[in-house]
Amino acid sequence: MGTMFARGLKRKSAEDGEDVEGGLAGAQAMPSYSLQRQSLLDMSLVKLQLCHMLVEPNLCRSVLIANTVRQIQEEMAQDGTWRVVAPQAAGRAPLDRLVSTDILCRSVREQEGERPAPDAGDGHTPDLVPGLATVPSAQALRNPQSSLWEVDSSRENRGGFQKSLDQIFETLENKTSGSVEELFADVDSSYYDLDAVLTGMVGSTQSGHGSGLQAFSPATAAPPSSSCRSDLGELDHAVEILVET
Amino acid sequence: MSADIISTVEFNYSGDLLATGDKGGRVVIFQREQENKSRPHSRGEYNVYSTFQSHEPEFDYLKSLEIEEKINKIRWLPQQNAAHFLLSTNDKTIKLWKISERDKRAEGYNLKDEDGRLRDPFRITALRVPKLKPMDLMVEASPRRIFANAHTYHINSISVNSDHETYLSADDLRINLWHLEITDRSFNIVDIKPVNMEELTEVITAAEFHPHQCNVFVYSSSKGTVRLCDMRSSALCDRHSKFFEEPEDPSSRSFFSEIISSISDVKFSHSGRYMMTRDYLSVKVWDLNMESRPVETHQVHEYLRSKLCSLYENDCIFDKFECCWSGSDSAIMTGSYNNFFRMFDRNTRRDVTLEASRENSKPRASLKPRKVCTGGKRKKDEISVDSLDFNKKILHTAWHPAENIIAVAATNNLYIFQDKVN
Repeated sequence: MGTMFARGLKRKSAEDGEDVEGGLAGAQAMPSYSLQRQSLLDMSLVKLQLCHMLVEPNLCRSVLIANTVRQIQEEMAQDGTWRVVAPQAAGRAPLDRLVSTDILCRSVREQEGERPAPDAGDGHTPDLVPGLATVPSAQALRNPQSSLWEVDSSRENRGGFQKSLDQIFETLENKTSGSVEELFADVDSSYYDLDAVLTGMVGSTQSGHGSGLQAFSPATAAPPSSSCRSDLGELDHAVEILVET
Repeated sequence: MSADIISTVEFNYSGDLLATGDKGGRVVIFQREQENKSRPHSRGEYNVYSTFQSHEPEFDYLKSLEIEEKINKIRWLPQQNAAHFLLSTNDKTIKLWKISERDKRAEGYNLKDEDGRLRDPFRITALRVPKLKPMDLMVEASPRRIFANAHTYHINSISVNSDHETYLSADDLRINLWHLEITDRSFNIVDIKPVNMEELTEVITAAEFHPHQCNVFVYSSSKGTVRLCDMRSSALCDRHSKFFEEPEDPSSRSFFSEIISSISDVKFSHSGRYMMTRDYLSVKVWDLNMESRPVETHQVHEYLRSKLCSLYENDCIFDKFECCWSGSDSAIMTGSYNNFFRMFDRNTRRDVTLEASRENSKPRASLKPRKVCTGGKRKKDEISVDSLDFNKKILHTAWHPAENIIAVAATNNLYIFQDKVN
């Protein structure tokens, strides 16, 4: 599992090396922009799923998240155009630091020109991540052909994403909120399982708002309602199997 | 989350009354005490005047969904007689409440005893005129109108028109116009719902009537735009008269650009010449005659820009902060995190950060300005960005229409501050 993950990274860095001055030193241990972008995408999809089961979801929030997902998709589709290398050279960020606040928040101009911020490896990156870190491996395990790190697969997945977004808005429209599974009823099973895994991982980590940025980590959204929890409980079992593989 | 979290704060037109709504559907009204003549320097304090349950939780059986009782907005009507009227709304239903005082009681009825028991008419041998006697003040709130079933989506705004006869209510996709006397129908004046919901990319976030021109209103969107509409031009105001949007700086674009540009509140100035919009990181003042860009931009908490990913993760990036003008429009105020709120003086261009918390201020003591340390060495009394408490958010603030008195809602506490009298 770890090997496949690292391999994916190395492949990416070989592509990047040509484009960027200075290349990616120690890319094996460093989360690249693509990885972080992928994490953001995964997080966004989880957020869209974790809607309140009892009360209608906040439409504004859903629309904003869906728009963010679309933006990421579009950029992934044109991969290579205005992407950036993680400028920080600072040693080895551990593999579980996928969601670095710094890179994704920076504008293009900052990323291209300026020095890396020193806080990239600091404590305030979320710990949600231990769950997410295993996901790409799980994904790779399930779909060795359509590795997420390749542009082709992003196009395939885009069909799946688009469908998911449509499903979500259909659901909001029809107001048959039902359970999480309903939102993705028609999506092909492998994609659905990724979401189930993400949901399960998130649900099983400690949730709730911390009082400082450092404590943000476990929460992606409000703690799931009780009906969510029963769904997640069943998924936990599936997740355990994946993680231990 | 507890039911007494304050969800809206609003002064009435004179400033003598201050209404708050909470998550549990309750409305609490405070009244300013009459100033004491023997102590001319002591300002009137606000004390509880009336408390009532405005909305109850409901269940929509068709959709299997709960409808929250949380009060999203309260708006006062201008006072026309001894009673006070306000509109309060939750996600789906708007109610008109009448708040009236009773301080006299009639005594000496003919047909009933003092304890209310009916008297036998045949035993009445003489008639008397009932007399009004003083009693302890009682404040009663009664619902006079219920405006229901007009909104499919969640109501985010209500605004009383300057004609004092109509008002608008806005949800995520539609805006309706009501007559205060008529509850069984409303007119739809804006509809941005796409035919195909899959194409939905933008929602309405706030709406308000112009303070003087009764045919003009504005509404803001999740894409950071404001549309000004004139109801005289057509019945359905899908075509705007003016379109306010600041062009995006392409060099500062990130995945979070759209989310932080989403406008959470829009307010006209009292003069009616300007309007103010609040997005996630800033407050902007617009001249109604210039659509291309705001005339002023005030940074509320720019130090959060590098933390947007974390704030997205824990959903704080979706917090909807409100903003308000001072009575003279010379200053504006809005809330932030860690129980901080910010005030900007438009004339002197000075701004200040203050904190609403019991631990850090004593009653009647001046508030000490606060400062957030954005990097480098933290000075004494500064607080670093990573120490901010993002659960302590000030979303709702209000400014007295004439004096420098402000109301600040910090979770379930209400703070009222006023200018120190020399």
